[in-house]
Amino acid sequence: MPHDHHDHDHGALSPSGHPYRKDDDIVLSYWQMMEISVRELLIEKGHITAAQVHNQINTMDARSPANGAKVVARAWSDPEFKSALLTDAGQASRDMGFDIGPMHLIAVENTILVHNVVVCTLCSCYPRNLLGLPPDWYKSRAYRSRTVIEPRKVLSEFGVEIAQDVQVRVHDSTADMRYIVLPAQPKETMGLSADELAYWVTRDSMIGVGLPQAPK
Amino acid sequence: MGGDPAGNINHDQHDFALWEKRVDALMVLASSAGLMNTDSLRRVLEDMGEEAYETMSYYERWIASVSQNMVEAGAFSTAELADKMAQVKARGTTYGDAT
Repeated sequence: MPHDHHDHDHGALSPSGHPYRKDDDIVLSYWQMMEISVRELLIEKGHITAAQVHNQINTMDARSPANGAKVVARAWSDPEFKSALLTDAGQASRDMGFDIGPMHLIAVENTILVHNVVVCTLCSCYPRNLLGLPPDWYKSRAYRSRTVIEPRKVLSEFGVEIAQDVQVRVHDSTADMRYIVLPAQPKETMGLSADELAYWVTRDSMIGVGLPQAPK
Repeated sequence: MGGDPAGNINHDQHDFALWEKRVDALMVLASSAGLMNTDSLRRVLEDMGEEAYETMSYYERWIASVSQNMVEAGAFSTAELADKMAQVKARGTTYGDAT
């Protein structure tokens, strides 16, 4: 976070529109003490370095749904790439220069017949290398429990109404296998360049709980 | 979890605190160092049981699991952890003071 030279009050929202989570100005918690302790012990014993921790956080902060949007936009505008993406999403993303790590990444395509949605019933597995860290609701008990039993109702709460003649497929992620949804390209975007298309691709559309949207 | 009854989905989102990002980074780096992996993270989380799920936040559960994994991997002992936590506690009353 950039250093603001004014005091923020904790009722206010952050620049990204979210409430501030109390951090280093509240009473030190037991688990925060454990984080500090584990980190310092691992550094002192030479397993990791302070620079690695710092760099890892920078890398994490730099990942955002904009990465996934570039992949989707290219698939929309380049049929050969789309085919490669649906065959091996990990390799296709790596070929675009994204670090996907060792996990398997599977892209599932929304069509007029099928709508895909991604969940991790176990915990929080998510294509974080392409989308950044998962939103809080993705990790919530309610989303994880209900998406597999009443996906259409969950989707409608996100504002996505799926017609009864469209099949809904729910994909349960695991530690080794992550899913990303390739949303259907909106008709009004036909002919746009990949750079222009990327602005239409929302985070939620790549999880399956949203649809592409005209840039604001 | 999957399929259990549950209420409405809460759409509130918080910005991750520095200590939470550090927990995430420690999990990734300890895994790269060969001291743990996603499965061992999960195994300890599952061992913690439902009460921990109800009372602890996401990254609180993660640091508890990472810490347990480090002890099991021999990265440090429980005695060393207890000593370190006592030192950290003595530094001050806020995360900023103690880190």
